[in-house]
Parts: sequence; C-alpha cells; structure tokens
Amino acid sequence: MTAGVLSPADLAAIGLTLRLAAATTLVLLLVALPLAWWLASSCSRLRAPVAALVTLPLVLPPTVLGFYLLVLMGPDGPLGRFTQSMGWGLLSFTFTGLLIGSVVYSLPFAVQPLRDAFEAAGRRPLEVAQTLGATPLQAFVTVALPLARPGLLTAAVLSFAHTIGEFGVVLMIGGNIPGRTQVVSTQIYGHVEAMDYGNAHTLAAVLLLFSFAVLLALSLLGRRRLRVLP
Amino acid sequence: MSRWLVLLSVCLSFARPAAAGEVQAAVAANFTAPMQKLAPLFEQQTGHRVVASYGSTGKLAAQIQNGAPFEVFLAADDETPAKLERNGAAVNGTRFTYAIGRLVLWSREPGRVDGNGEVLRGDSFDRLAIADPRLAPYGAAAVQTLRALGLHERLQPRLVTGENITQAHQFVATGNAQLGFVALSQVQVDGRIAEGSAWVVPARLHESIVQHAVLLAIGQDKPAARALLEFLRSEPARALIRKHGYDVPGG
Repeated sequence: MTAGVLSPADLAAIGLTLRLAAATTLVLLLVALPLAWWLASSCSRLRAPVAALVTLPLVLPPTVLGFYLLVLMGPDGPLGRFTQSMGWGLLSFTFTGLLIGSVVYSLPFAVQPLRDAFEAAGRRPLEVAQTLGATPLQAFVTVALPLARPGLLTAAVLSFAHTIGEFGVVLMIGGNIPGRTQVVSTQIYGHVEAMDYGNAHTLAAVLLLFSFAVLLALSLLGRRRLRVLP
Repeated sequence: MSRWLVLLSVCLSFARPAAAGEVQAAVAANFTAPMQKLAPLFEQQTGHRVVASYGSTGKLAAQIQNGAPFEVFLAADDETPAKLERNGAAVNGTRFTYAIGRLVLWSREPGRVDGNGEVLRGDSFDRLAIADPRLAPYGAAAVQTLRALGLHERLQPRLVTGENITQAHQFVATGNAQLGFVALSQVQVDGRIAEGSAWVVPARLHESIVQHAVLLAIGQDKPAARALLEFLRSEPARALIRKHGYDVPGG
C-alpha cells in the first residue's frame, strides 16, 4: 500500500480536474447569464418549455446522460457528423468533449440561482436606470448584474463543485486517458475497483480538503463583498 | 385466534416444498447473458431459484467484504475469489473455473477486421478501445496481445479505455472507436459473430481469462448455493456457456 503518496497519474488527474472545473464554470456563466436573464424577464411563450429543458439534465442518471452524449458525439450522431464535416474529428475522448458534457450536466446548477437572483431583484431598478438614460445593456451590466451578485456566486460555486464531483458523464465519454480525460473522480473509482483502497483514500481526502477550502474561500469572499454593498 | 390460524395456513399453502430454496448470486457483468439463460435451466433441474445481481468483479467483492447477502460469487477472474477465500469471506476449497473468456478484436463495420488481425498494423483507424487493463481481465489480455504482436508502443496513443468490457464494447458499438478488444461473448450469438467483423484472438497471445466461481461464507449451509455450483459443472450448463462464446475447462 502506498497511501500518502500521490502517483504522477493522480497528480495529472488533479490538474486536469481543476482545469475542467474552471473552464466549465467559465463557459457556464457565459451561457447561463443571458439564459437566466431571459428566463427571468421574458414574456415569451417559449419561456416555460425552455425552463423545463434546462432542468432536464437533472432527470437522467449521469451515466445515461453520458451514454447519449457518446451517441450524439459519435460518427452517427448529429454533433459527431457536424464536427467530422468541419474536419475536427470526433469530440468523444477529448477535453473539449468533456467540457461540453460538463456544461450540459451542470447547466441547471448555473441557471437556477441566477434566474432566482434576477427575479428577486425585479424589473424596477432596471426601469429606473433606463429612465435615467441607460441603454438596456448598460442597465444590465451596471444594475442587474451587481444586484444578482449573490446568485452569480452561488452559480459559480455550484458549477465548480458539481464538475469536480462529476463522474458518470466523464466515465462514459472520457475513455480514461491519462492527462487528457482521466479526472480525479474516475481515478478514485479505478483505485476502488482495483481494491487499492489506500490510494483511493488518499486521493479522496485530497479532493475533499481542497474542495472544502475553495468553497469556504468563495463563501467568505461572497459574504465580505455583500457587506460592502450599500 | 382462529383467524390467525387461517391466515397462517393460507400463507403456508403458498410456500414451496421444503427442498426448494433460493440462492443469491453475485455475477460478473460479462456473464450476464449466459446467466439469464442458465437460471431457468437451474430452476427446472433442481427446483431452486437463483436471484442474480450483476456488477463488476471489484465492486461485488467490495460489497461481499462489507456484508452483502450473496451466497455464491461468479467472478470475472481467479484472483478476486482467491483473495476472498484468504480473508474468510469465501469457503476454502470451493473455487473452480466455470468459464474461460475469449478475447476478440471487433469492429461494427463488416470487412474492417480481417481473419488475422492484420488491420492492427495499418493506419485505417485512430481509436482502439480496450477495457481498463488494471481492472478488467479482458483489458489485461488485450494489452498482453498487443505486446505479443509488438504493437503496444505504436498503438498506445490510440488506446481509449473503458472502465469495463461493457464500456469498451459500447465505444465500438457507437462508432466512437473504430476497433476494440471485447469479449467474444459480447458479439457472438448462437455460435457466430452477430454483427460487423471480428478476429478471435488466438488464446496463446495472452494469459487465459479464467473465471472462477466460489461459495461464499454466508452460503455455506445453504443447499441451494451448493446446488448452483454443482449445476455450473454439469454438461447442459457447460454446453450453454460454450454457446455464449466462452471456453470451458477440459474442452
């Protein structure tokens, strides 16, 4: 048993997991901000179906969701056909493929807190801003976004944490390639399956401690910012 | 009081004859299809019923060590049952080979894989799926085969690894990998390759994929558990196992 020492493969998995979680969080915020804003403020008849659609990734078991992503990205799937026709090859077993999978998987966790925050702030402050001469974009950036900051923080924390803990989707579309698609969760699982419990415990402890530290820091940071708000 | 007696006698009238029992079996995932065919045959021949739970050998072993109510274990390897025997979770001396797995190089496209595996030497594919060699005996056998062919280093960058042999098969079946080393039992129906093209890897290219069954401590005093192990060695069971793409000990 080599408990206490992380192997190079474990370290590579940690690095990859952090990159994946950071990239996923970034992409998710960029996607979820306009989407949540639209869901909170639109009067369109499409609003309810889109809201339901965004929640759907919660319904499927992650490995099943991963399986359909695998089919979607495969040579017969629409996404796979598209990427092949563009000369990019297939997305399965690549970092980009994992990123797409993670974004889909965590989408509800990013959209819901943002939507709640936008709805809580209401339309009134924006209308006031626009009365004072702000363009809709200016009003969004200078008024709606700061008001929605708690929601933004929650969305970021949930996306990040959810991606770090992601397992089923990665297992299905990743192919467990060291340094490219082998993340901490699949690595821990591999240790457990191989009955190498010592390494599993070490890696799990590192993952938990690190995640706790990040979540704690974000939470403290968020509270301080909030207090500064007038 | 008399009402209870009536209820009791009604319940008893539904009970099976004393000889028939139920056996809880933990079965390696690769043996799912044959087990589903073996179960009714076992019931027909002995009157006992088998309740099977399927999963990866490692996961099932972890559950067994932590008190899972399994009485018989049909593993995908020989090491795991031996380990359980050593730490007392399995009954000493009850271990035997019930099936020997055959490895096959498979593509879902007809004509892609030739009868000698020469396709591996070319560049007509960019992904070769295997099961995780650390976790799955079929994965280890795939790597040994590549080494024996002198191709392991060259093909290493093209390997994609499934957590188990089911996933490796999935990668190939969905076309995400053009080729893959899978179990013959996964692609063979009624004694022939059901779809695509395949090369049955000669058994001399890798260590044999021996699958052991063992009686677990919980099943020690259960006649149904011992009967299942006995049944697996019977000729009708062996014929059925062979038909599913496994070898059986002694031909």
